[in-house]
Amino acid sequence: MSTTVRELGPYLALVLVGFLPNEIWRIFGIVVARGINEDSELMVWIRAVATAILAGIIAQLILTPPGALAIVPLMVRLGAVTAGFLAFLVVRRSVFVGVLVGELALVIGASLWPQI
Amino acid sequence: MGTIPISSAAAFATGLKAAVQSVFVYVIFGTFIGYGALCHDLDFSLPWAVASTVLIWAGPAQVIVVTALGSGVPVGEAAIAVTLSGLRLLPMVAALLPLIRTPATRFWHLLLPAHLTAVSMWVESLRIAPKLPRERRIAFCNGLGIGMVVAAVAAAILGFVLAERLPPLFGAAVLFLTPMSFTVSIARNSRELVDRLAFAFGLTLTPMFALAGIDLALLAGGVLAGTLAFAVHRVVAIVREASSEDASASDGAPSPKPGEGP
Repeated sequence: MSTTVRELGPYLALVLVGFLPNEIWRIFGIVVARGINEDSELMVWIRAVATAILAGIIAQLILTPPGALAIVPLMVRLGAVTAGFLAFLVVRRSVFVGVLVGELALVIGASLWPQI
Repeated sequence: MGTIPISSAAAFATGLKAAVQSVFVYVIFGTFIGYGALCHDLDFSLPWAVASTVLIWAGPAQVIVVTALGSGVPVGEAAIAVTLSGLRLLPMVAALLPLIRTPATRFWHLLLPAHLTAVSMWVESLRIAPKLPRERRIAFCNGLGIGMVVAAVAAAILGFVLAERLPPLFGAAVLFLTPMSFTVSIARNSRELVDRLAFAFGLTLTPMFALAGIDLALLAGGVLAGTLAFAVHRVVAIVREASSEDASASDGAPSPKPGEGP
């Protein structure tokens, strides 16, 4: 457990820490997909779980963000994602408009209220 | 066997075109400029930045891997974090493959589309692939995914080269691209009640679980939120069936046979 990534060498670390723990789920996905009918209720449940896990990842990225995003205050991060979502709803469910408005709100908010 | 209107190569090209026209190309470009710059700042080489993008092909996992190396996090801990963030790929792959395979599809035909499955590719595949003939959907998905990977690699190289010249707020803005684009694209694809509920429950339950200090909050929150949404969907379906039976019973009229509707 105490081996650091640096001691392994960058490419071995990439395969062991990055590639395998991620790819294993895709392979499991192929196995699970066998024998599932695309119109079945099981499929509805699987899609619901995928959507919910993604929503959980979104919430974590906003509430406990990685790296440079952490310097932006929490209220600005929440406000920006809400602004982007509302813009998406108002402007013909456009993903482009939603992302653009959210990003603008984040940059403007972070400039107005820098982290204290 | 009837003839299929488009060839595999044409379906692959349609996929490439869909990648270029997708709003995700902007998101991928921004995100991976940030990723390339991060790799540069944490002393990785340019070939490593490219190799990690092609091999991992999942934004959150890649950020975890580079940040772990930069801060000397133990290998076991980093691998667990990546394993958890990769969990979402299982139900995503399981939801996509039944839409694109045919009885003739072999296991190894599915390896490439499964590897290319990431949120951006998944959202666009679920939206566009059903419009194509079933026999050509795998080729389409491969074109779509490879188009997106190529865009990501180009952006990572650009970010790596430009790293020293990027303003500090830029880093925050590109990291914000992932949650912002996930939010609106999932909302766009959620046309049915069950999907909307799963999204809303996942947004609220997972942070509550994490706050309560529950281990594997992402797994526990996701499975519970998805299952709750599914339960509501089932209850609504049963209530609807029952009330339509009540209505026809109280009318005293026999329920219409299939194909005999007005």
